Amino acid sequence: MNAPAPTQASTQPPSGATAATHAPAIPMTFKQRAHDAVHDKQLRKNFRGAMDFLMAKRAAQFPDGDEFERLRTFGNHVRARALSKLPELLERLETNLTRNGVKVHWAETVDEANAIVHDIVHAHEAKQVIKGKSMVSEEMEMNHYLEGHGVDCLESDMGEFIVQLGKEKPSHIIMPAIHLNAGQVASLFHDKLEVDYTEDVDRLIQIGRETLRRKFFEADIGVSGVNFAIAETGSLLLVENEGNGRMSTTVPPVHIAVTGIEKVVENLRDVVPLLSLLTRSATGQPITTYVNVISGPRKAEELDGPQEVHLVLLDNGRSQAFADSELRQTLNCIRCGACMNHCPVYTRIGGHAYGTVYPGPIGKIITPHMLGLEETKDLPSASSLCGACGEVCPVRIPIPAILRRLREENVRAPDEAPKYMRGQGSKYSRTEGMAWKGWRLLNTSPRLYRVFKLAATRLSALTPPKLGPWTEHHSAPKAAPRSLHELARDHLGED
Amino acid sequence: MSQHTPGGSVNATRVAPPPPAPRSYPAQKPTDVYLFGTCVLDLFYPDAGMDAIHLLEREGIHVHFPQGQTCCGQPAYTSGYTAEARAVARAQLDLFARDWPVVIPSGSCAGMFRHHYPDLFAGEPDTLKQVEALAGRTYELAEFLLEVCKVRFEDSGEPVKVALHTSCSARREMGTHLHGRALLAQLAQLEQVERVDHDHESECCGFGGTFSVRMPDIAGAMVRDKTAALKDSGAAEVVSADCGCLLNINGAFEKQYDRLRGEHLASFLLRRSGGRNTGGQS
Repeated sequence: MNAPAPTQASTQPPSGATAATHAPAIPMTFKQRAHDAVHDKQLRKNFRGAMDFLMAKRAAQFPDGDEFERLRTFGNHVRARALSKLPELLERLETNLTRNGVKVHWAETVDEANAIVHDIVHAHEAKQVIKGKSMVSEEMEMNHYLEGHGVDCLESDMGEFIVQLGKEKPSHIIMPAIHLNAGQVASLFHDKLEVDYTEDVDRLIQIGRETLRRKFFEADIGVSGVNFAIAETGSLLLVENEGNGRMSTTVPPVHIAVTGIEKVVENLRDVVPLLSLLTRSATGQPITTYVNVISGPRKAEELDGPQEVHLVLLDNGRSQAFADSELRQTLNCIRCGACMNHCPVYTRIGGHAYGTVYPGPIGKIITPHMLGLEETKDLPSASSLCGACGEVCPVRIPIPAILRRLREENVRAPDEAPKYMRGQGSKYSRTEGMAWKGWRLLNTSPRLYRVFKLAATRLSALTPPKLGPWTEHHSAPKAAPRSLHELARDHLGED
Repeated sequence: MSQHTPGGSVNATRVAPPPPAPRSYPAQKPTDVYLFGTCVLDLFYPDAGMDAIHLLEREGIHVHFPQGQTCCGQPAYTSGYTAEARAVARAQLDLFARDWPVVIPSGSCAGMFRHHYPDLFAGEPDTLKQVEALAGRTYELAEFLLEVCKVRFEDSGEPVKVALHTSCSARREMGTHLHGRALLAQLAQLEQVERVDHDHESECCGFGGTFSVRMPDIAGAMVRDKTAALKDSGAAEVVSADCGCLLNINGAFEKQYDRLRGEHLASFLLRRSGGRNTGGQS
């Protein structure tokens, strides 16, 4: 689901920074990428402006706080009910999709999912694939995989088209090219599509659409994601604003939908509150321009639609989250992106700095299940736990509580039982563990605490001017001459 | 080992608890309260703690400050050291044995008492009872002054423009961001105190406890934006009801050689309403 990026005047001259500034080769650690990102003024400006725009749009959709609380509690219950019988609903989904003529495939890993897609592509001797927006296909790195097998993949969502043209990755799950302003897109189109330079957003979109239009008819296969897979009817629901999703899923002779196993909902009735929450939270729209419900291939009497429809259901670590009642709530997510729009960290560093397919708060709690904590160990720490994400989440995922839980998994001894996660103990440090034990001793012994404070207050003048990372942005804090314990005792007596 | 699954088996599905109803407050002002001073305030802003005590005493309340108190346990809790956090939390529990309200001049430590202690002790039914009773009588200072003491402040100072930064815990865990505003609004009746908004007011200042030292680049960018917004607001004074935020914001102001400093809401209220001020800004 992608809406056109907000119009932003470029401050760059036409020959200035292009998309390639933030180009792919993502090296380094999270902290290094974050460091580079916070010092990139253009990037900061683009994200601040775009997030402000999205926050305002969303806020206008939820003028009544009580209605929002009721609706998102409802949404939470719908998602929780689906997850409480996930295995059963997935089987029902498969039965009903099969009855409708859709072929269902199961993939535990992204490699398996790619192999399934490749088999279908191979069977049809397909040379060109056109794609609607799909974050699961990003998870699979499907484009890269298929191109390695001689198949062209073209993204048809405007934002995805732009990042593909710039050889980048999406920086936001709803708005893939949100890190770029109009001037940067203008430069990119000028360079890659050899069109006249223009910063007119309508004209830029028109150029993109003209380029894509004929590709829909040339493609052998269309690929899409899924917003909700409806078990009761065996249907795949897909929302979008550009019509490219409908084109990708109806024009080519074969349609392959890819999605995660958690996207199943029990029945059509359940979709109503979730759809309302999704579009209002994501783009601030009461409903998207297109809502596609796909319930099978073209029937004998029908004039259009694909001859074959496939659904690939991907696990990729979701079962690990499912196995734990607290972490399972991660799977409530309906991928609206509101958590990242409201996140002060995401706003400062943008999506690429995370180095993961899913950035922002939801990315920090879902990616450890996909890649393991060893690959993602810094992500749970990259939050002030301000709670903005949990406050706006339309399905009430307690993101701050889950971030805290992942920190706990991060610092537990790697061999400690029981094991909840792959990569448990990736930040385990004997030294840090000892420091916290010392902290515990200090704070559980009033006498020791008193001695510590006496030293800290009386020797305050000896505070070193540099205190590690703190004094990069702050002066060193100096303890007061006397602590509150002392002042209160003088005033109130012993208690 | 922490308790990950209060009230359920490991692979049960959780449903979000009902949204909290607006808090109901005791009709009668109590004769006695406890003050939990918090460790940051204890060491860096003790005068703000004394000003909180004076504000409560001025309402005719007897304040008790248990000398055995240390820290609520939050730094370890948010760092993932749950066992250490629980041990430190446990050391506080018996200090507040009487049935008096516990008033805390910090939204984040109050949030710890009120919302996270029940999670920490979910696996210990007997302690949980004690903890839930404690949570039920824990108040953030601003809400206690407004809702329980029903204070009526009258301003006695020079005209001033003031910006209010509300901590994320006060705003989202304790739901007390409007209380600070309401208290400042009382002072504004004589139009001497004017509260001015600042850009992205609801956004985090970037402290987040250990976050600010674990992720200095990101936290630094956040506090620079917050201090810039406060400076641009036209406010001559900055107040906040959380010493964690004050430590962060004031440390950044000082590093930037700026003259602006944040003051604890308790100190500002006392000073402006004609009270004896303990020390003012730290």
